[in-house]
Amino acid sequence: MSATLQVRVWRGGARGAYREYEVPRRESQTVLDVVTHIQRAIDPTLAYRYACRVGMCGSCAMTVNGAPRWTCRTHVDKVARDGRLAIAPLRNLPVIRDLVADMREFFDKWARAQGQFKGARTRADDFERISPDSEARRRADAAIECIGCGVCYAACDVVAANPGYLGPAALNRAWTLVNDARDAAQSGRLRAVAGDDASLACHTHMSCTERCPKALSPTAGIAGLKRAVSRAALQGKL
Amino acid sequence: MSRRAETLLWVAQRASAAVLGVCVLVHLATIIYAVQGGLTGAEILARTRGNGAWSAFYTVFVLAVAVHAPIGLRAVLAEWLGWRGRARDFLLVSFAVLLAGMGMQAVSGVIG
Amino acid sequence: MSRALALAHRLSGIALALFLPAHFYVLSRALELDAFLAWTEQPLVKLAEWGLVTLLALHLAGGLRVLALEFLPWRDWAKGLAALAAGFTVAAGLAFALAL
Repeated sequence: MSATLQVRVWRGGARGAYREYEVPRRESQTVLDVVTHIQRAIDPTLAYRYACRVGMCGSCAMTVNGAPRWTCRTHVDKVARDGRLAIAPLRNLPVIRDLVADMREFFDKWARAQGQFKGARTRADDFERISPDSEARRRADAAIECIGCGVCYAACDVVAANPGYLGPAALNRAWTLVNDARDAAQSGRLRAVAGDDASLACHTHMSCTERCPKALSPTAGIAGLKRAVSRAALQGKL
Repeated sequence: MSRRAETLLWVAQRASAAVLGVCVLVHLATIIYAVQGGLTGAEILARTRGNGAWSAFYTVFVLAVAVHAPIGLRAVLAEWLGWRGRARDFLLVSFAVLLAGMGMQAVSGVIG
Repeated sequence: MSRALALAHRLSGIALALFLPAHFYVLSRALELDAFLAWTEQPLVKLAEWGLVTLLALHLAGGLRVLALEFLPWRDWAKGLAALAAGFTVAAGLAFALAL
């Protein structure tokens, strides 16, 4: 194991350049440790995001050697070939500065996919009984753990090629709601996830499923949406 | 194009894909079998001329291709050339008509 | 793996779409089939034929993978479909090459 790492870090906005830093290598070091060292000991002007640093919040997502990852859960040993690292902001999102990506369109698309729960009952009504073993609830549960980190969005080739595409996270969340028996906004949501910019644009490259740090499978959810949407179209309900 | 229309295009793409799945497997097997013995024009035509079964099969094949290929190209034109809208769709409809027309001429050429 | 297969699937689709009008044209002139078939004896043409068969097999395999992912119940082994598709393509290309 070499004593130092050669780390190239993106500096600037949409236009910028990689700058090279030398960082001391330590045991059990994560990529977040490396970025933090650069900012605290070498260059305080480096902008980057993190919060929990233990793999719960998703704030530290960046592009590491070409792939989107949670930097707090990426051990340097796993990714630094010959002691070299290249760190950049998440792909497919505008860059605010250095390693900080602008997440607004990511969440705007979440809203456009109608990724919000809309209930029909009031506090005066009794609870709706949902069995955790029902098929629909199992499907929703398999996809529900998304924390909106943006890694899948950064990994997606269709997002890169089609600026209007809603993306895997937004569609995955819509899928959990399509399977939620309590939700009252189903027909509007199906319309929102139909069409050239939504579920039908997914080409099943499966980069999202491959890279999701929570091992979710947006591909599966999007496939479900494709079926639901085409069924509705054929029945004249779209 | 309305969401409903775009969805129906997708359905047509997948349905024609399923049909072509069968047609292509048969076609590939036939070609590999025919190539094995070497083939002369007379040999091919002797087996295909006036054959109602082959005629029906290749007609279905041609029509499925005429649906499937243009819709497939539609996504490519949008994503790689940034081309979306009416002009693109008009070109693709023309391509579909071309494929169907030339395809049926091929069927009548080989089978009659 | 899936990304590479998806790209190959797209490129093969484009190639096949562009090839088909020529293919249909030749077949429509079936009465001159013997003269055309003599031309196809050339090794370079045989190579092109093998290429087309491989592209077709690739596009079929990739397409069946998409249909499986979209319409069959989701299973974990679905991730391995790309490798399966690649395997089928190689097998089909080999079968044609051996038949030549």
